[in-house]
Amino acid sequence: MNFDWGYALETLPGLLSGLVITLQATVLGMLVALTLGLLLAVLRHAGGRWIGGAARHFIEFVRSTPLLIQLYFLFYVLPGLGVTLSPLVTGVLALGVHYAAYCAEVYRAGINSVPRGQWEAAASLGYPAGARWRRIILPQAIPPVIPALGNYLIAMFKDTPLLSAITVMEVLQVAKIAGAESFRYLEPLTLVGVMFLVLSLTASRLVRRLEARYGRQARPA
Amino acid sequence: MPRPAHCVPQRWTNKPVSGLIELLPTLLEGLRLTLQITVVAAALGLACAVVAGLAREFAPRPLNWLAATYVEVFRGTSALVQLFWFFFALPLMGINLGAFLTAVLVLGLNTGAYGAEVVRGAIGAVPRGQWEAAASLGYGRAGTLRRVIFPQAALAMVPPTGNLLIELLKNTALVSMITLSDLTFRAQMLRAETLRTVEIFLLVLLLYYLAARLITHGMGRLERHLARGRDHGGSLS
Repeated sequence: MNFDWGYALETLPGLLSGLVITLQATVLGMLVALTLGLLLAVLRHAGGRWIGGAARHFIEFVRSTPLLIQLYFLFYVLPGLGVTLSPLVTGVLALGVHYAAYCAEVYRAGINSVPRGQWEAAASLGYPAGARWRRIILPQAIPPVIPALGNYLIAMFKDTPLLSAITVMEVLQVAKIAGAESFRYLEPLTLVGVMFLVLSLTASRLVRRLEARYGRQARPA
Repeated sequence: MPRPAHCVPQRWTNKPVSGLIELLPTLLEGLRLTLQITVVAAALGLACAVVAGLAREFAPRPLNWLAATYVEVFRGTSALVQLFWFFFALPLMGINLGAFLTAVLVLGLNTGAYGAEVVRGAIGAVPRGQWEAAASLGYGRAGTLRRVIFPQAALAMVPPTGNLLIELLKNTALVSMITLSDLTFRAQMLRAETLRTVEIFLLVLLLYYLAARLITHGMGRLERHLARGRDHGGSLS
């Protein structure tokens, strides 16, 4: 069976609209992950024995269990609790929580790399805890880890096809339906692969540029 | 005020507990397939990682490019897309591998692509002086790599390899979408039969978590084992 360019061209518009959903899920999921991840990292650092310990265990548990199961869990369990969300929102939430655990570890590395003296200086200048984090620690902790966060954005992008398992019409789901209707899987699935390849190679080039920009700043003089 | 025993709703008495035990045999059957796929794919992935990693570092042009293309393609596309492509598209070109072989091949190649970068990084991190010292002791290039460089690089490879193995274990859940009855597939099956969603999925999450802990534990032991030589031998790093 040969690659049929005519048929490939025919499926392209549908795939591109699926790709839009994929990108939406990626961007929204990353926003959740960046916010929740920061919260987890700060709680882990400052939460004391109980809250800090709970954050640590939560991070480790989420990181060692499959995203697919977490997706199913939210998809089937939330409606039972009276929370009805669209499949896309459920998917964004699952992606966000899963990658929040990874982002929390990245933030943690950044927080730990802030010299001890900065904490002491902030305390001796009388900054209250909230301002200490906001004005002294986080502005120094976050820029060096931006490239690492960028790598997780790419990883999340490559995990969005899992949302097809909970009926989201993202690009892989569109390709699968097109394939099932025509019994020609080769063209749509190959196109999806090429789309992922082009986008993630472009994105990793951008991350490398970020590394050149922020990586130098990270090293102490 | 505690309620009298007969007022406690039936589902909170002994039924859920015995119910959990009823669910377990089916799930453990699925776990067995999950672990089988993990082990076979890990072996394939390790082989691919070493071959591709060394090829990218040392092989002459065409081979070097081939390895680079393999790594970029498998790292640049999604694991689920790869799985679907090999399962749905490849048979149309006359290559029908079956679900199990497709699963271990794709997951192995995927893990190997990430692993190749680990191998490359670890070999690159061995100090240049080790090559020079080995050369001055009369080792050839291959001998240096095998007896001097690789044993040192292997130690640095262990922690990232542990992470990759956990990613692999988690990725095996995807094979439930190409008809294999792994742990995830069985969970979905049980859910449809019994509708006891919360219990089933919590149990499944726990099983995956325990398997991941097992990998972490094993890699910790391997790291201590490989580090022994360093404690007695020369002073590296």
